[in-house]
Amino acid sequence: METIKISGLTKKYKDTTAVDGLDLAINEGELFALLGVNGAGKTTTIKMLSCLAKPTSGDAFLCGKSIVKESGEVKSLIAVSPQETAVAPNLTVRENLELMAGVHGFAKEKTERKIAELTEQFGLGEITSKKAGKLSGGWQRRLSIAMALISEPKILFLDEPTLGLDVVVRSELWDNIRALKGKITIILTTHYMEEAESLSDRIAVMKDGKLIITGTAEEIKAFAGEEKFEDAFVKIVKEAVK
Amino acid sequence: MKLKAFSSRTAKEILRDPLNLGFGLGFPVVLILLLSAIQANIPVELFVIENLAPGIAVFGLSFMTLFSAALIAKDRGSAILQRLYTTPLTPKDFILGYTLPILPIAVAQCIVCYIFALILGLDITVRLLWSIIAIIPSALFFIALGLLCGSVFNDKQVGGICGALLTNLTAWLSGIWFDLELVGGAFKKIADLLPFIHAVELERAVLSGNYEDMFPHLYWVLGYIAVTFGLAVFAFLRQMKRQ
Ligand SMILES: Nc1ncnc2c1ncn2[C@@H]1O[C@H](COP(=O)(O)OP(=O)(O)O)[C@@H](O)[C@H]1O
Ligand SMILES: [Mg+2]
Repeated sequence: METIKISGLTKKYKDTTAVDGLDLAINEGELFALLGVNGAGKTTTIKMLSCLAKPTSGDAFLCGKSIVKESGEVKSLIAVSPQETAVAPNLTVRENLELMAGVHGFAKEKTERKIAELTEQFGLGEITSKKAGKLSGGWQRRLSIAMALISEPKILFLDEPTLGLDVVVRSELWDNIRALKGKITIILTTHYMEEAESLSDRIAVMKDGKLIITGTAEEIKAFAGEEKFEDAFVKIVKEAVK
Repeated sequence: MKLKAFSSRTAKEILRDPLNLGFGLGFPVVLILLLSAIQANIPVELFVIENLAPGIAVFGLSFMTLFSAALIAKDRGSAILQRLYTTPLTPKDFILGYTLPILPIAVAQCIVCYIFALILGLDITVRLLWSIIAIIPSALFFIALGLLCGSVFNDKQVGGICGALLTNLTAWLSGIWFDLELVGGAFKKIADLLPFIHAVELERAVLSGNYEDMFPHLYWVLGYIAVTFGLAVFAFLRQMKRQ
């Protein structure tokens, strides 16, 4: 079943077309990666899908709800972990989670249950009373994703979840993300090729706001005639220039 | 419920910043002590506590503008607001959540100011209570100004405009330290058009018990609340849409 259906999604800023006529269908429970170099239009796509930016033209349907006409309904289905770390710095880890539960109007019981669950899932137990602003980058990212999951979203957007993290922390975060697979639909953006290959069910490669290929890592490698995903990606992106 | 969660976050972010508390509470207290010490050592009546305390109480409010503007500007610059914009919080929740929690902080600051004034010889009367209530309109003006500045400026600009410019405007154009009548001219005319002196005169009228002197100052303050809050809501919604 298609959870997300994107058709002709376009965003123009003054002189740049950040996203150019995107067409895409994403299935329920899929972990879908948007892969592309900096400036490819990934964040803009996520912003439109999460109703933060209005499309210039086109539309997308999340669980059948239009991001243009039914943004209220869409917001209750989704959660976002933005590219820049989005935590309240002077609140503790626990208070950050409480804040998210609160803005979704959860009762006390449900709040407690969700916080316990996510604290366990992301290994936040030891740092619950630490201020979020004092955490390392990796822990802030983990908290950021946990905050997104509080509302039990049907669809989760992760914008560059491991940007700027070292390899060990990144691989730990990958484990956290893998553990979510199948439970909810996830769209993850990244410019790390190995991240897209190792985590996702399917990958869409973006360049200059356009989608140039969609498929599994295997399919993309086969299409490019390359052994390694990295080589396939580079080849496809280079050829798309012509 | 949703509003409560967001408001409590606003209050925590402000109250947990040691710099905020140091300046917001400390600076007015230091001023009132310092000026009273000067008064004790000069023969003329320059800083009489009955006149000084209401002035400092209003001056302290300029820090409320700084706190709220700094928080909003910082939130806009970070991704936390983007995240919250994708939740069921409505524009009304954001506007009230950024403004309401500051009111009790403003009132608390006013109380601290009067406590020090009492120590320095201000008489205990029921008028003190009315004075604390009378600070609320002025507090609302300064809070609305914070929402406006936070929606328009980035956090660096907020530091300069609210931190330096506004605190000085409040200090010099409010008649706290010297009688503006003595300066007169254009200076006095400008001061009369701005809300600061009216906020101070309103507070002085209530503290002294000359309630009829509240007017027209109360009208000026109410007018400024309406205009500032209107502009602030407009500016906040505009930046929200532009995200
Ligand atoms: N608010 C904006 N105003 C103008 N141009 C923008 C804005 N946001 C993004 N862009 C431009 O759109 C393009 C895509 O940006 P973005 O979606 O952030 O890419 P990515 O996330 O893939 O790095 C870039 O060229 C960027 O400069
Ligand atoms: Mg990006």
